[in-house]
Amino acid sequence: MLSLTIILIPIFLFISGASSHQIRINNAERRIDLSTHIVKVFLTLKVENTGKTSASEILLAFPPTQVDHLAFLEALAATGKKKKKTYVSLAVKPTQLPDAPNETNYYTIVLANPLNTGETATLEILYILTHSLEPFPVEISQSESQLVYYRDSALILSPYHIKQQTTFIKIPSNKVESFTRVEPTDRAGNELKYGPYEDRPPYSYSPLLVHFENNNPFSVVEELVREVEISHWGNLQITEQYKLAHAGARHKGIFSRVDYQSKPAFSGVSSFKHLLARLPPRVHSVYYRDEIGNISTSHLRADSWKISELEIEPRYPLFGGWRATFVIGYGLPLEDFLFESSDGRRYLNFTFGCPLVETVVDKLTIKVVLPEGAKGPSAVVPFPVEQRLETKYSYLDVVGRTVVVLEKKNVVPVHNIPFQLYYTFKPIFMLAEPLMLASAFFLFFTACVAYLHVDLSIRK
Amino acid sequence: MAAAAKAGEATLRHAFGNVLSFFILLLIGVLAFSIRLFSVIKYESVIHEFDPYFNYRVTQFLTKNGIYDFWNWFDDRTWYPLGRVIGGTVYPGLTLTAGTIWWLLNSLNIPLSVETVCVFTAPIFSAFASWATYLLTKEVKGAGAGLTAAALLAMVPSYISRSVAGSYDNEAVAIFALIITFYLYIKTLNTGSLFYATLNAIAYFYMVCSWGGYTFIINLIPMHVLLCIVTGRYSSRLYIAYAPLVVLGTLLAALVPVVGFNAVMTSEHFASFLVFIILHVVALVYYIKGILSPKMFKVAVTLVVSVGLVVCCAVIAILVALVASSPTKGWSGRSLSLLDPTYASKYIPIIASVSEHQPPTWPSYFMDINVLAFLVPAGIIACFLPLSDASSFVVLYIVTSVYFSGVMVRLMLVFAPAACIMSGIALSQAFDVFTRSIKFQLLRILGFSEADAGDGSSANVVPENDAVKVDKSEETIKERPSRKNKKKEKEQMEKAQAEKTSAKSKTEKRLLVLPMELSVIGLLLLVFMGAFYVVHCVWAAAEAYSAPSIVLTSYTHEGLHVFDDFREAYAWLRHNTEVDDKVASWWDYGYQTTAMANRTVIVDNNTWNNTHIATVGTAMSSPEKAAWEIFNSLDVKYVLVVFGGLVGYPSDDINKFLWMVRIGGGVFPHIKEPDYLVGLLLLFVETDGKGFDRVRRTEIGKKYFKLTHFEEVRQS
Repeated sequence: MLSLTIILIPIFLFISGASSHQIRINNAERRIDLSTHIVKVFLTLKVENTGKTSASEILLAFPPTQVDHLAFLEALAATGKKKKKTYVSLAVKPTQLPDAPNETNYYTIVLANPLNTGETATLEILYILTHSLEPFPVEISQSESQLVYYRDSALILSPYHIKQQTTFIKIPSNKVESFTRVEPTDRAGNELKYGPYEDRPPYSYSPLLVHFENNNPFSVVEELVREVEISHWGNLQITEQYKLAHAGARHKGIFSRVDYQSKPAFSGVSSFKHLLARLPPRVHSVYYRDEIGNISTSHLRADSWKISELEIEPRYPLFGGWRATFVIGYGLPLEDFLFESSDGRRYLNFTFGCPLVETVVDKLTIKVVLPEGAKGPSAVVPFPVEQRLETKYSYLDVVGRTVVVLEKKNVVPVHNIPFQLYYTFKPIFMLAEPLMLASAFFLFFTACVAYLHVDLSIRK
Repeated sequence: MAAAAKAGEATLRHAFGNVLSFFILLLIGVLAFSIRLFSVIKYESVIHEFDPYFNYRVTQFLTKNGIYDFWNWFDDRTWYPLGRVIGGTVYPGLTLTAGTIWWLLNSLNIPLSVETVCVFTAPIFSAFASWATYLLTKEVKGAGAGLTAAALLAMVPSYISRSVAGSYDNEAVAIFALIITFYLYIKTLNTGSLFYATLNAIAYFYMVCSWGGYTFIINLIPMHVLLCIVTGRYSSRLYIAYAPLVVLGTLLAALVPVVGFNAVMTSEHFASFLVFIILHVVALVYYIKGILSPKMFKVAVTLVVSVGLVVCCAVIAILVALVASSPTKGWSGRSLSLLDPTYASKYIPIIASVSEHQPPTWPSYFMDINVLAFLVPAGIIACFLPLSDASSFVVLYIVTSVYFSGVMVRLMLVFAPAACIMSGIALSQAFDVFTRSIKFQLLRILGFSEADAGDGSSANVVPENDAVKVDKSEETIKERPSRKNKKKEKEQMEKAQAEKTSAKSKTEKRLLVLPMELSVIGLLLLVFMGAFYVVHCVWAAAEAYSAPSIVLTSYTHEGLHVFDDFREAYAWLRHNTEVDDKVASWWDYGYQTTAMANRTVIVDNNTWNNTHIATVGTAMSSPEKAAWEIFNSLDVKYVLVVFGGLVGYPSDDINKFLWMVRIGGGVFPHIKEPDYLVGLLLLFVETDGKGFDRVRRTEIGKKYFKLTHFEEVRQS
């Protein structure tokens, strides 16, 4: 069996290499959502196998500028009729092709069922780009609003022949400074329509530039460290350290507090005053501070059964290019997150990603601190992350606690999905520290009693 | 057998008393700690005010880089472009204490942050200080007075004002060091033990490490020694209490870099050496008196006195010439302003400009020590009945500290423990008298005949004497088990003495009996007074002294309003300016800027270079172009100006503006104070103009009248 697969691999490669000739895209519809600083692209492809052999893989092509900013890519295969449509998630993996023109990068979608000759399939693809809106002008003053560029291609970059394609671009407001015309191009309100374009050969490209107003907060967390400390006494303590930046157009000139507070509609429209963090239900002991003390501006709407919302304000309103650091910490009841699996191991079920709404995290580090004495940790994360182990010494530890460190770059809100961390733990370890304290005090009192009753004098 | 049973009962009672005192002390410690937590509960766990931020920053450096780097630390983030040698110019006691606590906790794997340790150092040391007060007062007037004094000190507002949680300043540990040094001195004086004398020198060393106020100790103790000699109370115990302290203490003090050779060279320490010499002369005289016959002694005296006078005159003449040759007569500015209260305002405006260096007003006495002010005289009287070495010391302590507190508001802190000790003694004595009277009267009312009452009173007196005896024997037992035997003889002696005094005390006590009604009313009044004191202290701790001063709050009809503008500005500077940018501000904000914003400042609260401060003062009070030139020459990129006009924050830079002019004018004569006294309007224009003086650009010249928040200024 093993030898068979080894033989099969070159055949598959051959097939995928050849597939560009046998696959044709009948209809492609692309919707680019530019309403926030996180660019979401929904791509619907109707593919048809026109070749002679069955194909099991579809290639997606990305220009190199986009690949660097690609935070998330998901492909779904739609099956069934219109009313009873069901979606099946498909595996996606990065691929290198030797003959890629202009450093095009590829992702391979592995189909659930190979596509036979003449068959068609519908693929729903979602990908998310970060840092793709470029502010222009680069510096704005307090009273100006923020204008940005978005660059893409009017034609979908693809290794396949595309029979018909349309692109819709949704922008946050009606204010568009300019946009490239690639006829037929149409604008209706806050939506631009490019296409339909007929019969474009593979690797067609037509540059597209949209210059529009986007005053949504460009909140980027440059570095986020989330520490999750498990205590088997019933608490899950989370500490999140943020390095927040406003990635929009840089601020220039005076910041006038008077204007900012008296004319909020005209002053500092692109700055952000508050951020919203969605925390799990039943959250308690929330704190929000930075290295010089509490930050007194926050509101918590805690609920016992649904998501708690924490509205925080940085110490100062963040204008373009300004930075702030802060720490949010909270406790959660352990029983909501820690479970016992069927094989007797315990597992933590916790949300990956950043609790702040509409925020890009450039580098996310999750540190799960297991209780002292926990063994054999293994993390199950639905997307690739870097993993390593560390040791941390906390309250009265002797051997130290195992820390599982998960690292991921370029995290967007769709990454807020649960991951699992399995480990084994014997409850007897919970008693180690109380016993240690008790014996220390016992020894201390014994020593006191002994000192009072022993006469150590040399002379009698 | 009856006697044995009685003795057993007395021991039991005594053991019970000991346990009771132990728990009372424990509770006093808890009280002292917890009354200082109002700031954490009402505000947050944060470092307060100005100087604590510097101490906090130094502690951070110490915990990060270790002790050796700390000694050699040259800080280039302050006093730009001069810099400051921190290791050699700072009293390291507080920093080392907090650093050690942090290190201990962390080596036990208790991961508290440096900030947490710093915030809670002061309350912990207040608990220690109240225990030290107990020990000191117990040496003077017994355990009852000790407990009362400790309880009073635990919540005296004057001390609370400097030791609330977050007030991480030298005084927090220094008051403990001061009291424990005095205790050990008295203990040595009472026991004549070299062990305590050595401990005393070490406690003095800790005090020298902690606070510049150690000069108070090294002047007060010699004064007391001199007093003892003059009043003919010289004894070998006095010699043991004083000589090792001077020798060891001076050697140890010279180890502290900030003191160094000052420990032998400045006039502040001169008194101790003079008394040291006098003490030796007196000791020699006593010795010679012991070995010579009275006639020979007289001859020797005339010989020595005639020769000695000549030598002394010569030495004094040389000393006076030496001292007079230095401009400040060998005294530091702050000490001089203590001796001559008008000195600072005449010559050193920078010392005079600090509000805590002003003389206090009468209401501030009432605010800071409250009813203790009325109890102190009673305590002094109690100390004279009878006058011992120890009680004469506390009398001297209170008299000198009253004077110093009258000169400088800040030294109220030194006065507070003395007031507590005195009031503790007074209260305990008064309670003693009242309860004894009531007990006596009760016995009489309950149908005892006069004779019975007399018996009763004598019966009363005997157990008391027993208690006294046991007290003393217990004390000796407590010393160390190895000394049991040695002490026995002494005990016997004491017993005999106690029996002797018992007759005397009996008559005395009969005389002190007061009428029933008077005692009850007196007791009630005392309890009311105590209750008032407690209420006042809690109020002071909660309302008056807990504000961290970097966060301002006000109550409006909508509820609590928090002004966090200082930290907003500092946080902005920290995150949004270049690491090496220079920030100019008036010196008050120097420490906070370096600690919270981590930016280089031109001047800070360690006002060691008057010229530099005057330069900034000149820039602040010059027209914009001149100011721009001055700041540009100092590489300043940002100017921090505080304006509290809109929110009604009184201590902003406009309030301080006259001091800028005064200090600037002290060095640069073209700045003249009368020029700026034209009217408030001018001041407003001046400061506002500067507020917008964007040192970086040429936007100078804008004169906005409507400045609202200072952070408006922060960005160009």
